[in-house]
Amino acid sequence: MARGVATRLSRVEPVAVRAVGALALASLAATVVLGLWFTPEDQVMGNLVRLLYVHPPVAWVAYLAFGVTAACSIAYLWPRTRSPFWDRLGAASAEIGVVFCALTLATGSIWGRPTWGVWWTWDARLTTTALLLALFAGYLAIRRVTVDPAARAKRSAVVALVAFADVPIVHMSVLWWRTLHQPPTVFRPGFGDPTLATPMAWTLLLAFCAFTLAYVWLLAHRYRVAVLEARMEGEGLELALAERRAEAGYGEGPGGIEGGAGSGGDGPGQAPVPVGAR
Amino acid sequence: MAPAVLLRNVVALSGRFPVLAGADLFAEPGDVVLLRGANGAGKTSILRVCAGLLPVASGEALVLGEDVCRDRRTVRRRVGMLGHANGLYDDLSVADNVRFAVRAAGGRSAAADAAMERLGLTGRLRDLSVGRLSAGQRRRVALAALVARRPELWLLDEPHAGLDEDGRRLVDALVLEAVAGGATVLVAAHGPAWLEDLPVRSVEVAGGRTREAVLVA
Amino acid sequence: MWHDAALVAGKDLRIELRSRVGAQQVAPFALVVLVLFAFAFDADHALLLKAAPGLFWVAVLFAAVLSIQRSFAVESADGGRDRLRLSGMDPAGIFLGKAGAVAVQLLVLQLVLAAGVAILYSSRLGDAAVLVATCLVATVGLAAAGTIYGVVATAVGASETLLPLLLMPVVAPVLLCATKAWQAALGTGATGDALGWLRFLGVFAVVYVAAGVLAFGPLVEEG
Repeated sequence: MARGVATRLSRVEPVAVRAVGALALASLAATVVLGLWFTPEDQVMGNLVRLLYVHPPVAWVAYLAFGVTAACSIAYLWPRTRSPFWDRLGAASAEIGVVFCALTLATGSIWGRPTWGVWWTWDARLTTTALLLALFAGYLAIRRVTVDPAARAKRSAVVALVAFADVPIVHMSVLWWRTLHQPPTVFRPGFGDPTLATPMAWTLLLAFCAFTLAYVWLLAHRYRVAVLEARMEGEGLELALAERRAEAGYGEGPGGIEGGAGSGGDGPGQAPVPVGAR
Repeated sequence: MAPAVLLRNVVALSGRFPVLAGADLFAEPGDVVLLRGANGAGKTSILRVCAGLLPVASGEALVLGEDVCRDRRTVRRRVGMLGHANGLYDDLSVADNVRFAVRAAGGRSAAADAAMERLGLTGRLRDLSVGRLSAGQRRRVALAALVARRPELWLLDEPHAGLDEDGRRLVDALVLEAVAGGATVLVAAHGPAWLEDLPVRSVEVAGGRTREAVLVA
Repeated sequence: MWHDAALVAGKDLRIELRSRVGAQQVAPFALVVLVLFAFAFDADHALLLKAAPGLFWVAVLFAAVLSIQRSFAVESADGGRDRLRLSGMDPAGIFLGKAGAVAVQLLVLQLVLAAGVAILYSSRLGDAAVLVATCLVATVGLAAAGTIYGVVATAVGASETLLPLLLMPVVAPVLLCATKAWQAALGTGATGDALGWLRFLGVFAVVYVAAGVLAFGPLVEEG
């Protein structure tokens, strides 16, 4: 099934990815224009309110990306759907997630300083997001130090799930921790806020779409790079096999069983030797 | 009779390096097969595939009737491997080490005592921490753990390394006993054949592949 | 599974009894951490008393990282993970055994540290039942999560640097909940419902024990 998805993805690829990219750029540009010039200032926050069009969408993408990584990890660990496709997609999503998570904290901090008077507060959402960043930084570290693709895929999938399982526990406990002390007094712009002027609401919606499109675009490209990397490794493997056999000094050896390393090139995202496919 | 070991065109990877590049091997129960070749030829990797330690990337591998391509775990209780490392806990005593190895494989402590006896690990030696033993003594402890597990397939990697004349003779005697008991033995060594009383089949390993050589009877 | 778990736990505890690394290195280190906290807070008695639960659990956390590192250093010496895999034991059993041994060591350590807190910070140990229950449940969670990450970090051969990075964020809720439960029991800081915090700790412990039982096999096999 995963391979089916992979093939379909590759077939629609260049055109669809380009279309998504163009849409993402256009909608981001529109968000910039609308957010900076066509929406009103806030009575209380002034121009700071324009961060509304950046911070929540960026945070949404971060959570979405980590969610996708967790889902891909489950799909990889599930024997029937195991395929390098899920591993690569999950890894690509986690990388984007870490970047957007860091951006979330940065934009939140920039917004928090003038509105709350502090760079940081021990709010449940903030704390959970910060821990998420640390957890998935660990995930990327694990990926970096593991060489063997199958080992890396399995190990990092487990780490991603273990990290993800931690999120609700962290969130609930921090929530309870803070609310025991004092009710949250910080200002939080709610989406259901009836005072949110119509142009603002539309711009916010557009921003969400724009950032989500940008995420999909980045994800597609990062996945493509991962496939190319794997293909390069696969080609390196063919070469390494030939070299390894040449060490013996008797060329194509006896036995007559055909060349060992699979048939090669059966579908995209498939290294010639199906190492991760077991 | 079903073969004890059957490898067909096995490719195995360590990271991205193909340690085995299409190895073939056949051994019947009771065989002693000597794997010979230079350093880095792939001898140890063949043993590790047979022990279910090294995943098979492609090819066919049957060990004691188990398909190690599909399931690498089941076969492990039935094989005994003596690698470059001894696999001992330095902080445990000799007796504790052997007993742990035996009981982990589902055996009884009595087997451990018998094996220690056989390897000459008696008296005060049994209660010493393994970390305080000499290299040769540690090798004996590892051998005791191996013997006590009564494996059906012995995988010995340079079993003579670090042993004195007595120890080497002891290893040969143990192999003889094992084969007499129906076990199969694969030995990796660069030296010449060392068992005089057994029809040892010698297999050349080079470049991650194997080539059958003449019988060294 | 249980046979293998008992075997591994017995083996690990026996190693600890013979080598005394925990007693001679980890426990003294944890006590030193308690002393250093006193330096950092300028030995302000009221402040120390208030912070005692948190300091206690931070010290436990540091000691837990060391214990887990030690637990896997023992396995990776002389033959590495091959030995555990060759032994033919059930990975879930290995996980439970190693986590169990770590938990026992941590519980003994907490006893020492609690005495340290009582003496160094003159903290009165209040509701003993809650304190003990917190220790038990929190330790199970810590040991389970630590053992999962211990095997991951050891497998990639960077356990000294990678383990704290991986483990600390994951066990953050344990630190938080255990501290809160202790505060409730000692009557320092905001008193709250200790049972609620215990429930969080229980959820954490169950999640990570289950995760370890399921995931340890694939983690031990790879590489």
